Amino acid sequence: MSMLHTINKSPFEKTSFEACLNHVNGDSSILMIEDGVYGAMKGTAFSEKVAATNGVALYILGPDMQARGISEDRLIDGVKVVDYAGFVDLVTEHDKVQAWL
Amino acid sequence: MKLSVLVNEGPYQHQASDSALLFTKAALEKGHEIFRVFFYHDGVNNGTRFTVPPQDDRNLQESWTALQAEHELDLVVCIAAAQRRGILDENEAERQGKDGNNIAPGFRISGLGQLVEAGIESDRLVVFGD
Repeated sequence: MSMLHTINKSPFEKTSFEACLNHVNGDSSILMIEDGVYGAMKGTAFSEKVAATNGVALYILGPDMQARGISEDRLIDGVKVVDYAGFVDLVTEHDKVQAWL
Repeated sequence: MKLSVLVNEGPYQHQASDSALLFTKAALEKGHEIFRVFFYHDGVNNGTRFTVPPQDDRNLQESWTALQAEHELDLVVCIAAAQRRGILDENEAERQGKDGNNIAPGFRISGLGQLVEAGIESDRLVVFGD
């Protein structure tokens, strides 16, 4: 069963992102929204943990990324940028949606 | 697909209400059905018509009300959460002996069963909150 995990808190503020990473499996995807987008940046103390999620598709909500001044070249390799329409598609393409608040 | 949205945050906490509104708009634009939007916890603060933000600030209540009018959305405010935070409709104001009500147009007050039903009836329940 595929699951979409949404993360809306920075990994430098809350532990919800790390808790999510401990639970995802290969059929899952992670979408970073709101302050969760900070977890998609490379070169941080958290980057290796995110990059180590083998087989888990990583997405970031573009408008929230841009609102925080993060450009695409600062993202961990493989993170895909989606807009709100892409967010809706991710919700419908997965069997379940889990929000890590 | 049939979707429902749960909003657990008011307009002035983080970003959840903005995210929920934009997600709901995008889902409608893609032709999906929004079965219900349920406002719980501080999310009920989206449903008062008495907020007067500055003119150059966004007004989430008005945005939800406009979206409801356009798409006949079912915007439900949790009654227990609403009473704690002073959100009342005409019936509740009378029942509680209060001198007025402040529920915004397009919103209705009901119980948590409406959230359970939304979870059962919808293909997906998408949660926005703190």
